[in-house]
Amino acid sequence: MLKISDLKVTVDGKAILNGLDLDVGPGEVHAIMGPNGSGKSTLANVIAGRDGYEVTSGSVAFMGNDLLSMAPENRAREGVFLAFQYPVEIPGVANIALLKEGLNAARRHRGEPELDALDFLKLVREKLRLVEMKEEFLYRSVNEGFSGGEKKRNEIFQMAVLEPRLAVLDETDSGLDIDALKIVAGGVNALRSEERSVILVTHYQRLLDYIVPDRVHVLAGGRIVRSGDKQLARDLEERGYGWIDSSAGAATA
Amino acid sequence: MNSAVKELGELVGREYKEGFVTDIEADTLPPGLDESVIRFLSGKKSEPDFVLQWRLDAFRRWQAMEPPDWAHVKHAPIDFQAISYYSAPKRDEDRPKSLDEVDPKLLETYNKLGIPLEEQKALAGVAVDAVFDSVSVATTFKDKLAEAGVIFCPLSEAMANHPELVREYLGSVVPQSDNFYAALNSAVFTEGSFVYVPKGVRCPMELSTYFRINALNTGQFERTLIIADEGSYVSYLEGCTAPMRDENQLHAAVVELVAFKDAKIKYSTVQNWYPGDEEGRGGIYNFVTKRGACRGDNAKISWTQVETGSAITWKYPSVLLEGNHSTGEFYSVALTNNCQQADTGTKMVHIGEHTSSTIISKGISAGRGQNAYRGLVKVLKGAKQARNYSQCDSLLMGDRCGAHTFPYVEVKNPTATIEHEATTSKIGEDQLFYCRQRGLSEEDAVSMIVNGFCKEVFRELPMEFAVEAQKLLGISLEGAVG
Repeated sequence: MLKISDLKVTVDGKAILNGLDLDVGPGEVHAIMGPNGSGKSTLANVIAGRDGYEVTSGSVAFMGNDLLSMAPENRAREGVFLAFQYPVEIPGVANIALLKEGLNAARRHRGEPELDALDFLKLVREKLRLVEMKEEFLYRSVNEGFSGGEKKRNEIFQMAVLEPRLAVLDETDSGLDIDALKIVAGGVNALRSEERSVILVTHYQRLLDYIVPDRVHVLAGGRIVRSGDKQLARDLEERGYGWIDSSAGAATA
Repeated sequence: MNSAVKELGELVGREYKEGFVTDIEADTLPPGLDESVIRFLSGKKSEPDFVLQWRLDAFRRWQAMEPPDWAHVKHAPIDFQAISYYSAPKRDEDRPKSLDEVDPKLLETYNKLGIPLEEQKALAGVAVDAVFDSVSVATTFKDKLAEAGVIFCPLSEAMANHPELVREYLGSVVPQSDNFYAALNSAVFTEGSFVYVPKGVRCPMELSTYFRINALNTGQFERTLIIADEGSYVSYLEGCTAPMRDENQLHAAVVELVAFKDAKIKYSTVQNWYPGDEEGRGGIYNFVTKRGACRGDNAKISWTQVETGSAITWKYPSVLLEGNHSTGEFYSVALTNNCQQADTGTKMVHIGEHTSSTIISKGISAGRGQNAYRGLVKVLKGAKQARNYSQCDSLLMGDRCGAHTFPYVEVKNPTATIEHEATTSKIGEDQLFYCRQRGLSEEDAVSMIVNGFCKEVFRELPMEFAVEAQKLLGISLEGAVG
C-alpha cells in the first residue's frame, strides 16, 4: 500500500526527517509514536502533500505510484486521507457542501458517476451514525464553532464518507475526553478492512487500547528507531521516551 | 464611406432579416459636450420641454463643479469633451417587437455571458428591458404587468406617457447638483428604466434590466426611477456585462428609488463590466449614484450588490430613512482582482423615529486590487431610537492587494444604537490545503472559501441571481492563486 524509503525532509533548511523507512501493507494499522518534535506530524503532512516541506531525498510509493509527484488533491482522490491535528474552520461553507465536492471529485477521478443529492444524503446519514453525530452537523459551517471533540469526530466522519485506502490520523486522540475517544476509535475500527490501511500518529499509548495496531514504530530524531507489536507501546508508556533515546543508537545500528 | 456604399449596406442588412452579419451600425454623435448636444439628445427622444430645461439646468450646474478626489482610487483625469454622448442602433423605427426580432448577434453575446434571454423568459418569468447602446431593444411581459397596473418601461417612454410622474419624482432623491457625476448624468442621460407600482400592488414578477456597453468610447448614462406607492412591493434586478474592449469607458448612472408608507423595494445588482486586463489597461470607469428614500412609515429599501467588474467602481447605494419605523439595508460583495479599484459602501441617513439600518459589506482583494469600504451612518436629531448594525469584512488573497475601511458615524440623537464590526482575513494556506486534502482542486477550493465568505450577501439575492453571482466570483478569481 505505502512504501517509504530513506525519506529525508527539511523545513526552512532544518532537517526533520533523516532517512525514514516505512512499509504499510493493505489492511494494516500502524502506530507511529514518538516524543514532541520527533517528526511525526511532518511525516503525516509529507504524505498528504502540504507545502513547506522539502523532500531532499528518498521516495514514497503509494499503490506502486510516486506519491510525491502528485498534487495534494490527486493524492486525496487516489485515496489518501489525512485527519488533521488541527482541523481548519471555513466560515460560510457547509460541511455537507465540502464533502459532496470532495467525494464527487474523487468519483470523477476514478471514472465513476457523481452521486446525486439524494444518494449522497443517504450515504452521509448512514456515516453520521458511525460517529454519533446529529444531522445538523451537516449544515453547520466546516468546523466553525465546533468543540475540540466535535472537530475530531468530524474528521472521522469525513473519512467514513470518503472511504480512503490509506488514512493518516495525526494526533486525532489529543484533547479528547474518554467518551469522545471511544467514539472516534469505534469509527476507525468500523472502517478497518482488508483494503484499507491506517497510520495512527500519536503521542500517547491510550488510543492504542481502543484501536489495536498491527505494528508500532517509534520515531526519534527523524528516523524510526524501533518497531514492534502493540507491546512496544505499553513498554513506552511504562518507561517513557527517554528509554528509547538512550538506546536509539543501538536500535538503528 | 460614400452614400452609395452606405445604401447598399442598408439594403443587404434588410435582406438578411434572419441574421445580421456585421456589427450593428451605431448612430453616434461626435465627441464633445455643449448645450447643443443636450438639445440633440432631448430632441432625439422627443422629450417634453420641462425635461430639456431640467437637463440644461443640470448642465450649467455641472460646469461649475469639479470631479471628486476623495475616493481611494487613482486614474488619469477624464476628458469629458473626448466622449461621445449618444450612440443608438441605426433604425429607431425598426426596433424589434419581440425577442425573435432581436439581433441574433446580441443574443449570442448574452449566451456567451451565460445569460440566455430566452431561457430567462421561459424559466424565470422575468420581464426584460435590455439596454443596448443606449436604446431599449427588447421589452417583454408588458401585458402581465399592465394587468397588475405596474408601469415598467424605458424612461423616455414614461416621459411621453406619464409626464406627471416623471416631473414629480425625477431628481427628487438625487438632485441635479448632488455630485459631479450625478449632475453630468442629469444633463446627458440617454436611457434607463421607469417603474411605478400602484398602491397595495405586489409586483407579479421580478423586474430585470440588463445593461451593457458596446460602442467604443461611448459613455453610458442610464437613469432609473422606481416608485413604490403605499403598501406595494417590487424586486428589481440589474445585471451588467460588457464585451472585451481596450478603451476606458465612462459609466455614470443614477438610480432613484422612492418607497411610500408600508412599501418595499428590493434592488439587486450583479455588475460584471470589463475590468481591464491584467496590467490595468482598459476597463470601465463606473461612477454611479444610487439612492432611495423611505418616504413613509414602515417603508423598506434593500440594496444588494455583487460588484466584480469595472476598472474603477465608485458607488454608494444609500437610503434616506424619512418615515418612522422605516428600514434601510445594504448587502455588498465587492471583488477587485489584477489592477481593479473599488471604493464602495453606503450612506444610511436616519431621519424618522425608530428607523433601522443594516450594512453587510464583504470586500475581496486579489492580485494588485484595491478595495475600500466607505460608509456613513448619520442619525439626525429627531431620529429617536434609531438603530444601525454594520459589519465590514475583508478577505485578502496574496500580498500585493489592499483592503481599506472608512466607516463614518455621525450621531445627533443620544438614543441611537450603533454597532460596528470589522474583520480582515487572508485566505489561509491552511484552508486551501484542507479543501485540497478532501479532493478539491485549488480553484474550486478558492471559489468555495470565497463563496462561503459572501454567504450572508448571496442569500439576499434572488435564486437565479445568486447562482450567477457565485459563478461570476469563480470566473473573476481565475488565476488569483498559485
